[in-house]
Amino acid sequence: MTNIDDSQSRQKLLLIGQKYGILFALVLICVVLSITSEYFLTTRNILNVLRQTSINGILAIGMTFVILTRGIDLSVGSVVALAGIVSASLATTSGTAMVAGGPYPAFIAISVGLIVGMGCGAISGVVVSRFAVPAFVATLGMLSAARGLTLLYAGGRPVPALTPEFRWIGTGDLFGIPMPVVIFAVVFLVSVWVLNATRFGRHVYAAGGNPHAATVSGISVKNIRLIVYVISGALAGLAGMILAARTGSALTQAGIAYELDAIAAVVIGGTSLAGGVGRITGTLIGALLIGVVNNGLDLLGVESYYQQVIKGVLIVAAVMLDQARHKQE
Amino acid sequence: MTTELLKVTGLTKSFSGVAALKNGQFTLEKGTIHALCGGNGAGKSTFLSIVMGIQKRDRGTITFNGTEVDFSSPSEALAAGISIIEQELSPVPAMTVAENMYLGREPLARFGRIDFKKMNANAQAMLDELHFSISATEVMMDLPVAKTQLVEIAKALSYRSEIIIMDEPTSALGEAEADQLFDAIKALRERGKGVIYVSHRLSEIFNIADSYTVFRDGQYIGDGAIADIDRESMIQMIVGRPLTEEFVKDNVPSTKPSLQVENMSAQNGVRDIDFCAHKGEIVALYGLMGSGRSEIFERLFGLSPYIAGNLLIDGVQTTISTPSEAIEQGLAFVTEDRKRSGLVLSATVRSNICLAHLDFLGFGPVMSTKKEAASAAEMIKQFSIKTSNDQLEVSGLSGGNQQKVVLGKWFLTSPRILLLDEPTRGVDVGAKREIYKVISDFATDGGTILFASSEIDEVLGMADRVIVLKNGRIAGELANADLTAENLVHLAA
Repeated sequence: MTNIDDSQSRQKLLLIGQKYGILFALVLICVVLSITSEYFLTTRNILNVLRQTSINGILAIGMTFVILTRGIDLSVGSVVALAGIVSASLATTSGTAMVAGGPYPAFIAISVGLIVGMGCGAISGVVVSRFAVPAFVATLGMLSAARGLTLLYAGGRPVPALTPEFRWIGTGDLFGIPMPVVIFAVVFLVSVWVLNATRFGRHVYAAGGNPHAATVSGISVKNIRLIVYVISGALAGLAGMILAARTGSALTQAGIAYELDAIAAVVIGGTSLAGGVGRITGTLIGALLIGVVNNGLDLLGVESYYQQVIKGVLIVAAVMLDQARHKQE
Repeated sequence: MTTELLKVTGLTKSFSGVAALKNGQFTLEKGTIHALCGGNGAGKSTFLSIVMGIQKRDRGTITFNGTEVDFSSPSEALAAGISIIEQELSPVPAMTVAENMYLGREPLARFGRIDFKKMNANAQAMLDELHFSISATEVMMDLPVAKTQLVEIAKALSYRSEIIIMDEPTSALGEAEADQLFDAIKALRERGKGVIYVSHRLSEIFNIADSYTVFRDGQYIGDGAIADIDRESMIQMIVGRPLTEEFVKDNVPSTKPSLQVENMSAQNGVRDIDFCAHKGEIVALYGLMGSGRSEIFERLFGLSPYIAGNLLIDGVQTTISTPSEAIEQGLAFVTEDRKRSGLVLSATVRSNICLAHLDFLGFGPVMSTKKEAASAAEMIKQFSIKTSNDQLEVSGLSGGNQQKVVLGKWFLTSPRILLLDEPTRGVDVGAKREIYKVISDFATDGGTILFASSEIDEVLGMADRVIVLKNGRIAGELANADLTAENLVHLAA
């Protein structure tokens, strides 16, 4: 009588195809690479890939929260630099930065870095949620402003000579697993839990799926929109500090264009830019896909510019799949 | 043969093995208004989409003006002389009325530029001919829903097609606008055009249509002249079983005040609103478009800012500034447009049902899937929501079932006061009665109901008292013997 069940199962199939499709793609690429390159499947290389993916992965997880609410955060790359520089200035043995009192314990430097990230996120969030400025514009402004603040703060110079304590989050390891990967894993698990198991997570999906309906149901869409930017900012700050710790020096040009890779990972992972639909696990697979492809092309000696082209193709293909899913409705 | 504008026989269409339409049959004579009736899932939409070239049929013939046709796109149908006014309004919000009306066929001036002067003039002429007081240069998104619907109607009529299909054309219109539409439809009939009128509103059908065809469960059930059938028989054909009554009303209102509003002001010039709704009472708000019904609801529910007035719930002075405060006070609000503000279409039935009650379905900040599933199951049972599985997307449900999901969401919050804005809009006769029963039972159990409706029958059939609104003020209150259609229309106009 009705064809409801049919379109439902077709929908489900497409959803599964989309979610597991990228997983199959990832597995397939890994298989191909392990055949074509003898170095791919080595422990060292795998840890390499994971480590290199961690920073983008952390940014992408924050971006997922934002995109789920129909927003976008273009400022994460600049926040990476700002948080990196500010926290590094508290953990440096050189006298280059504007902070008196010598290097502080790592946990203080890290806390400050997180606060800087959350602060930037809060400003973006307030502008988007309270002043109804489109997210694209608000975070574009923050992208510029945060980068400017970074340059102002450090006088245009990098902050080198970071304390070993601080550097540990970038170069250390826990039972043989590099710290960036450990941190990424923790962020991933916590985010999955928050989005799937908490009331806040339900609110995020509702606020993105239909802000009107969510408001009428008593959810404060304004607050949700603010909080997701704070989350994105905090994670950008975290990523910035890991990056500085890894390189041993906080650079003013750190993080340039990082937001694009983060958005790419989210979109490839199946989260819809229209909001309300998407999963953190998808983002994880999206980030890994980008990381593995980059790594594979490196191993095969392909020029890095090709990597960019391939990444672009991947993003578009993922969105086309997303559109096909929406067309079913 | 030459008087038959459209003849359809044996129309069959299946979607992946499930038949949506079997042997659909339909004949439209020149110069007639032909009603197409049937509940949700009856096959009306499938039938229309095939005629309009949106879908391809599996079997059957369609003859238009004596020649067999097979449209493969809506533009072909349009070019041949069939236009449609769709149920779902989808204008281009940032463009003007004229631009929307002439979308895709904008008149061109020299060098391929759009001749705005001509376009605006033609559009305005069409609107004036129909007596719709709309300016062709207004931007669509500034217009209220009713005017948007009028623009869509003007657009379809401007194609001067032989056949005009109208799918629920009065869903957003008040009495006066609907009358304007009916005048336009009658004028089409005089000119020998054919109108296929799809509506759930039986009073309209009996008012305007000459003939009818009924579909049910994808099958043709019967047709004939409106003059030869009465309302009960029509309902029986549509629903398939005799409905003992169309409305359900068993409640007896008490004298205990539940919701008291004093001197309230709301958006868009709504002022001096005073009324008192009692426990167990069903109060209707009746009025034309722009009379202020939705504005009153939105102020009561905290969706619009406070301007003036007092609110007392169970005799206690209260202020409500946000929906969550309203929900805490025991109010529930079923909005006029469920797709826009009632449901998260991309989400599941379960999550939609739980949406207003999330705070109570977990432990602190953590949700309990068990509690959510149990609550959803409870509401699905209580409202007989037709869905095979509560984890399916709610967008796949029929209009009536979607409305039940919205009701389920609100009943989960155990409200004392139910605000309903056009609760049976876009809902078929069978589901309508179920919703009336819900309303009646709620009032019988001591709840208070305030509902806004533009369907006179519904108001007369369900309300204990009617508050008539006009231009943002209360024009009068009617009850008992005074509650007649004439008085309602008289006060509202």
